Amino acid sequence: MSEPPRPPRAPLPKPPRRDPQVRMPVPLLPPAQRSRAALGMLAAAAVGAFRLQCCTACGAAAYPPRDACPSCLSVDLAWTDLEPAGTAIAETTVRAATDPYFREHLPWRIGTVVTAAGPSLVASLHRDVSVPGPVRLSLKIDKAGNPIVVALPPSDTPLMEEDPLLRELTAHPRHRRALVTDARSETGQAVVRGLLAAGAAKVFAGVAEDWRPFPAAALPADERVEIVRLDVTDSRSTADLAASIGGKVDILVNTAEHVRPGGFVDRMGMTDQHAAFEVNVHGLARLAQTFGAAMRARGADGPNAAAALVDVLPIHAHANWPAYGLLSATAAARHSLLQCLRAELRPGGIRVIAVYTGPVDEAWRQELPPPKVTPKQIADGVVRALAEGLEEVAVGDVARDILERHLTDPKALEREISR
Amino acid sequence: MTAVRTRRGYDGVAVAVPVTVPYERYSTRTAHWWIARALGRLTAAAGLKPRDVDGLCVSSFTLAPDTAVGLVQHLGLTPRWLDHVPMGGASGIVALRRAARAVQAGDAEVVACVAGDTNHVDSFRQLLSSFSRFAMDASYPHGGGGPNAAFALLTDAYMRATGATRADFGRLAVAQRANALAFPHALMKSPLTLEQYLAARPISDPIHLYDCVMPCAGAEAFLVLSEARARDLGLTAARILGTIERHNAFPEDPIQLRGGWAADADDLWSMAGMAPSDVDVVETYDDYPVIVMMQFEDLGLCPKGEGPAFVRANDFTVGGSVPHNTSGGQLSVGQAGAAGGYLGLVEAIRQVTGSALGGQVANARTALVGGFGMINYDRGVCSAAAVIGGGP
Repeated sequence: MSEPPRPPRAPLPKPPRRDPQVRMPVPLLPPAQRSRAALGMLAAAAVGAFRLQCCTACGAAAYPPRDACPSCLSVDLAWTDLEPAGTAIAETTVRAATDPYFREHLPWRIGTVVTAAGPSLVASLHRDVSVPGPVRLSLKIDKAGNPIVVALPPSDTPLMEEDPLLRELTAHPRHRRALVTDARSETGQAVVRGLLAAGAAKVFAGVAEDWRPFPAAALPADERVEIVRLDVTDSRSTADLAASIGGKVDILVNTAEHVRPGGFVDRMGMTDQHAAFEVNVHGLARLAQTFGAAMRARGADGPNAAAALVDVLPIHAHANWPAYGLLSATAAARHSLLQCLRAELRPGGIRVIAVYTGPVDEAWRQELPPPKVTPKQIADGVVRALAEGLEEVAVGDVARDILERHLTDPKALEREISR
Repeated sequence: MTAVRTRRGYDGVAVAVPVTVPYERYSTRTAHWWIARALGRLTAAAGLKPRDVDGLCVSSFTLAPDTAVGLVQHLGLTPRWLDHVPMGGASGIVALRRAARAVQAGDAEVVACVAGDTNHVDSFRQLLSSFSRFAMDASYPHGGGGPNAAFALLTDAYMRATGATRADFGRLAVAQRANALAFPHALMKSPLTLEQYLAARPISDPIHLYDCVMPCAGAEAFLVLSEARARDLGLTAARILGTIERHNAFPEDPIQLRGGWAADADDLWSMAGMAPSDVDVVETYDDYPVIVMMQFEDLGLCPKGEGPAFVRANDFTVGGSVPHNTSGGQLSVGQAGAAGGYLGLVEAIRQVTGSALGGQVANARTALVGGFGMINYDRGVCSAAAVIGGGP
């Protein structure tokens, strides 16, 4: 069967202002129940990898996730990175469903895909996938926080990120309104630029202590940028800002950070500790308290819906780096806080994203040797995580190295990193 | 996958008393209530007391938290042989096979085979979301289409492979509706034209409204007992000529274009001592027309891949060249949960014993019955078939 040539797609229009007379839709979630084996795909989906279970005894790949190999009955199945390729051989467009979430999201296009690794699977199909035809497989996290398989066209297509399925499964910045919490930092400024470049409709740039000079040139001259007063260490400041713009923040990116070298034994007094926790941990908590509930409530508000909360934090959340021991301790607390927020914001379908970085190339880490991660790399990581709907990104060589060591042997890493 | 040893026949076994408890679209009752009514009718029609039933085989999706065990205490039965068959559309034939062997071996004398389900207003949604582990993990999260979506994928693949058109499927649905108009228990009571079939609203392309069964409440049942006992009771009975059963056949097929029948059809026909063209009545499992065509092919009524040509060349009404789903099938009678897996068999018993409630096929002596069950993930896992005959 040959398909008629597809007419060029019209770009997604800028969403209209929401009508205040219409009831805000209550966020609904897709069915959340999964087996423990199926949740094994989540680790891959969270970082944008493609893995299926493979039998360590006979090598056969298996899907759906299970507890024993259907080729040899071994119970030793390992999640294995595989070529994310396949061929779509059948399709349907679901136009009727009994589940309330799906009823709001019909039509939903799905297909049968024969994977290069062997098993057939049912996947949600991107609108540009041709059947029969080759596909690129991707694991995505659905609104309920569970992994699903998505089939994408084999190579990028025009406006591919505007596919309704991807708009639902990701938090792409296009047409969305974002708050960047600390635009005084180079990282914050880079994130503002990254979000604008990705098509954000609006970027609120938080600036603390506005009595201090703030160079206008630090942010691009773009009418979509609006500087707002925000000090994450001040409960009144976060509450005031949330009262003013909390109903129109679709993406919140927390770039606030307090950095001082050193650990605990040789540090005098508690001043640094209070300050570090105040910014890095309580700051995120204040943002959650003041913006979280509104974002969660707006999780299904059509094209005006809230979509994601992003936190930029050191990779040393996973393993304390004694040279920056205090900072690492705050990062660990922040990592734990994010896990809690993931659960607390899930009823609204809000994606909670952790962007883990190695040492950033900025003044407070001036004495450190390379490789260091640049603010631009961090901004790229933030935008990529949003665009692909990830939950965890490690930005830069150091962060990736530490994450890999952490996943392999956390105890060995603890010892290595303290040398 | 053919049997190495010659299988023993079902000599001395009788199948009798086909019972249908009239279906209802929605019911406030429970599965227990529907099954009790079926067993009540079954024993009354056979002239037995409930305690005389010493074997019971049950199929139901809505008995939870009970199984057949809870049911016997609930209903005050004391069987010495008890089975619970959770195989959906294959349940009827699987129950028949097991009950027949129990009777033959003397493990039970009179086995009541029953399938029944209720259908509360929200039953269907709840059944779909937790149907199986693979469905919960890997198919339902993609649009929540349930069996409509799964069969839509199979239908799409079948159409690509064979060139079948919607009109081919429509011919089956339209003929079944014509048969149903004479069957008193069919929920669908108005005629269906091919134009109406083709113009129906899409449910999950290429599946449209009249490709789908209507979930409902109801029950079906029959008795399996020795021929001698059936004679004593004065029952008109059918005989079992051959049966097959297969689960998870051809797991390496990337998508289901054949069912387990393809692995075992030769066994079925050699056991029955017949050719497919010899049967007088065909009752297929028809939750979607595509699976009917696969049964025609895999059970040998036509060569593989020629289902569409077979459908174009034949008339499937009661008086037609291939009398098929003569009570209207699930597409027109309704799908009462697991009772859908009994409907064809119960109708076949009626046809070969000359006791059809609707259209009776003239001189029907033998019938082929297909069973197909459980879209556990992307395909039906259980398949079964039986050939039965009337008279001694």
